[in-house]
Amino acid sequence: MSGQYVTPVVVMKDGERIVEEPAPTAAGEGTPRFLEAGEGGLVVEFGDAIDPDVNRRVVALDRALSMARPRGVVETVPTYRSLLVVFDPLVLARRDLRTAVEDLLAHHVGEAEPSRLWRVPVCYGGEHGVDLVDVAARHGLTPEEVVGLHAGAEYRVYMIGFNPGFVYLGGLPERLRTSRRPDPRLRIPPRSVSIGGIQAGLCPPFEMPSGWHLIGQTPVRTFDPARGEEPMLFRPGDRIRFHPVAPADYDDLARAADAGHVVAEREDDDG
Amino acid sequence: MADTLAVVDGGLLTTVQDLGRWGYQNAGVSPAGAMDRDRLGIANALVGNDPAEAALEITLSGPALDVAADACRLALAGDFAVTVNDRPVPAWTAIDLCRGDRVRVLAARTGLRGYLAVAGGFALPPTLGSLSTHVRTATGGADGRALAAGDVLPLRAARPAGPRLALDPPPPAPERKRTVRVMAGPQGAFFPAAGWETFLGTDWVVSPRSDRMGCRLDGPAIEHADGFNIVSDGIVEGSIQVPGSGLPIVLLVDRQSTGGYAKIATVIGADLGAFAQARPGDIVRFERVDDETAVQARREARDAFERTLRRIAPLRDTGPPDVDALFAANLAGGAVSATADPFD
Repeated sequence: MSGQYVTPVVVMKDGERIVEEPAPTAAGEGTPRFLEAGEGGLVVEFGDAIDPDVNRRVVALDRALSMARPRGVVETVPTYRSLLVVFDPLVLARRDLRTAVEDLLAHHVGEAEPSRLWRVPVCYGGEHGVDLVDVAARHGLTPEEVVGLHAGAEYRVYMIGFNPGFVYLGGLPERLRTSRRPDPRLRIPPRSVSIGGIQAGLCPPFEMPSGWHLIGQTPVRTFDPARGEEPMLFRPGDRIRFHPVAPADYDDLARAADAGHVVAEREDDDG
Repeated sequence: MADTLAVVDGGLLTTVQDLGRWGYQNAGVSPAGAMDRDRLGIANALVGNDPAEAALEITLSGPALDVAADACRLALAGDFAVTVNDRPVPAWTAIDLCRGDRVRVLAARTGLRGYLAVAGGFALPPTLGSLSTHVRTATGGADGRALAAGDVLPLRAARPAGPRLALDPPPPAPERKRTVRVMAGPQGAFFPAAGWETFLGTDWVVSPRSDRMGCRLDGPAIEHADGFNIVSDGIVEGSIQVPGSGLPIVLLVDRQSTGGYAKIATVIGADLGAFAQARPGDIVRFERVDDETAVQARREARDAFERTLRRIAPLRDTGPPDVDALFAANLAGGAVSATADPFD
């Protein structure tokens, strides 16, 4: 858990001070930093590492802010360790937004995160996961062992980013950590299930660039504009467990998903 | 038969853009939208559209379009030569076309981008509430890509048109050398004093490798203090990313929603339009301002834009005089005696 930040200050030759931000007003562990991203951007930063507790705080604040919907907030972007709030400063003054955020933090810290657990089918290897054999060889494992490890873990959705519908997952077993490929691919197969460094990923149902290792494909459409208000199926804070399916089942499930059915099962349904 | 515009030549890079696709950056969706929002607003106002209506964003060299409608009013906001059936017509002015007319937008004389608005807009299906095109992910617009010969753009039926409107004089040409105001951060402290001196003290040159995703600037490498990687976080328009090369990139409308390079500073909203019109070889210098200054600048920019819209007025009829009509008009009527008292 991140603690008190030292206010970073950069002093120019002529004495001009580039100050990152004022010192936190409240002492104590876990006080977030408030950074400026232009006059219409507020970054609430809870830490500087990939950490489930830090991410939980980002998700909790995002949820609270989305429910409060202060006038002048354009949108929010939750990431691993910070929440970006895009706002119109001609409608909502920064100091009022910051006060609203501090109030939400004071009243919502510690609230348990409503948790959704998904079971996501994956067809591993072969033409569905062209890097599975290579990843196994790198770690001195058989492809079956890689599948067993990957599908045996429970993952946390940290954020959606980089591309529409690309899901960043934490919780990859240490034995499967694999450095990114030195030569990223310009286009990878849609719906790929991938490993990049210490992270795991789920790709949307269209091509995108990637430097990660492709070990399988999922019939689940992570992102679908046809789903209207909620094009994104998974959201930060969700938990995911994978289970292997055979190629024939993959084809059936993919067809069903393309017809609009959600082919991932939700085990904890809190809405 | 629906009204359409047939694309004879797509131009260098012509895409359908409105004010952007907002609310989905948390799903990794880039906002896209018009690079020069003021010019989009002017184009729409000239044809009586809602200010947020989608138009064609034209880059450097424009398209050729055939009108397949009984009547079609359009206007170009931009410093481009425009012809209808090979005869020159003015930009910044509503033009009324009819079936079979061919409108061609030629080369930009100054700046880089212009907007061709059609009265009533396009009858295209929105994606997540917007018609904006994001080419990299093939999202939105007309098939998620730039216009090409053979494309057909369906038009919405327009209300009957009033007098033709014009913006006269048009806005001044963009400068080739500009000072752009920025606010420090969000990772301003990743850069030591030497890095800031370089960033603020250099005449940066706009690179030809710039596009709607980002304006790349050539110059000396900016010194980092803490390395150039951060844990990925959110990116607002105007963020200035400094990757390992040390050369800054100003991230623009087609940017990714998140990224892992340190951002030294953020261009203020009032000065973002400069990048919509910057040509390779143009010079950019950065000046640091604080939040209060940036907010005030945004307010002033909005007011200036509204003043520009208020200057849009019906075109004065400057056609040649109708001599027969002049003779028929009894302009000398009401004559009185040369000797009579005019006040009787």
